[in-house]
Amino acid sequence: MMKNIYAWLDERLGFDDMYKMLLDRPEPHGNWWNTLGSASLFLFIMQGVTGIFLTVYYAPTPDHAYDSIQYIMNDVAFGWLIRGMHHWGASLMVFVVFIHMLRTFFSASYKYPRELTWMVGSVLFLLTLGMGFTGYLLPFNQRAYWATVVATNIGGVVPGIGPFILRALRGGTDVSALTLSRFFSAHIWMLPAALAGLIGLHLYLIMRHGESAYPDQDD
Amino acid sequence: MASSHRISRRDFVKAVTATLSGVMGIAMGIPIISYLIDPALNVQSSEAWIPLGPLDGYPIGTPTAFSFTRSNINGWEKTVNSYGGFILRKSESESDILALSNRCTHLSCSVNWNEEREEYVCPCHDAQFDIEGEVNAGPPPHALDHFETKVEEGTLSVKFPAVLAHEG
Repeated sequence: MMKNIYAWLDERLGFDDMYKMLLDRPEPHGNWWNTLGSASLFLFIMQGVTGIFLTVYYAPTPDHAYDSIQYIMNDVAFGWLIRGMHHWGASLMVFVVFIHMLRTFFSASYKYPRELTWMVGSVLFLLTLGMGFTGYLLPFNQRAYWATVVATNIGGVVPGIGPFILRALRGGTDVSALTLSRFFSAHIWMLPAALAGLIGLHLYLIMRHGESAYPDQDD
Repeated sequence: MASSHRISRRDFVKAVTATLSGVMGIAMGIPIISYLIDPALNVQSSEAWIPLGPLDGYPIGTPTAFSFTRSNINGWEKTVNSYGGFILRKSESESDILALSNRCTHLSCSVNWNEEREEYVCPCHDAQFDIEGEVNAGPPPHALDHFETKVEEGTLSVKFPAVLAHEG
């Protein structure tokens, strides 16, 4: 019965082909540094899942943002765990993505034909930093508020268009309710959507070209 | 396979992966479900006895207004609602007390005691209730709600929330 269902689905979806392409593809000789991309993907998914659950109780308004996080941390069952994973996972993701990038650089894996994988990866790194930047404001405590004041001021010193960038980031001249809601929107919709799409492209390129072997003495 | 007791490396990796996935699934599944249903499990009772001061402060035979507020905490949000009513002492007896809610049973406006007409009058749609809270005239579907009362060491208390006139 199960076999028949599986066969029916496989004929239409092609599980077996997918399995071969995704998990059974040939790999160069193993190296733990090569697992950092998978680790980054895992962390992205973990941040996505814990983030989705945090939105169940979080309220992105100056009146309630801080209180709603206090509520998550102190009153909701396992709220401390979900938020803790999201909080520490965020730092870990920036770290792992960065080390992944360094490994790619040092093993020269960015070279032909993988230049596009590298470029997409660079954008993914910047988007990851963007997630950290927008997520930092959301607790709306003193540290979050002043960190955002300082960080958006950095955008404000760009010659010529600085003041405009500052207002565009903040949604006005001050860090306010508008800043919080636009950071929230960027943090849960825009940046994750861009990340998910580019991760898809990144993975497609990796499957298309296979993983690079480490250069040996002859290279 | 040479011997049925031997397990291939591939099968071992499969078994370990499946086991670890299962452990992780349970380790995360239980917290996540608890997290989601938590507010449904913490039902706080809103019942409470509200002290209204010494019984001596309430005259016999005349409805005397009282009011109190109750705060309600839902997550991070606190709402404060005002409630009010009238104490009517029918005699000296501590059990002979009628505590009516001032919430009109029509559309919840606050009724007032009208001394001359000897009835409660609602300012919204001119509903009229007699001194016992029964409907005299107007649109209300039933009599005014009342509070249970008790007197302890000379202090009058009412039990929140108010109940339907013909209950309790």
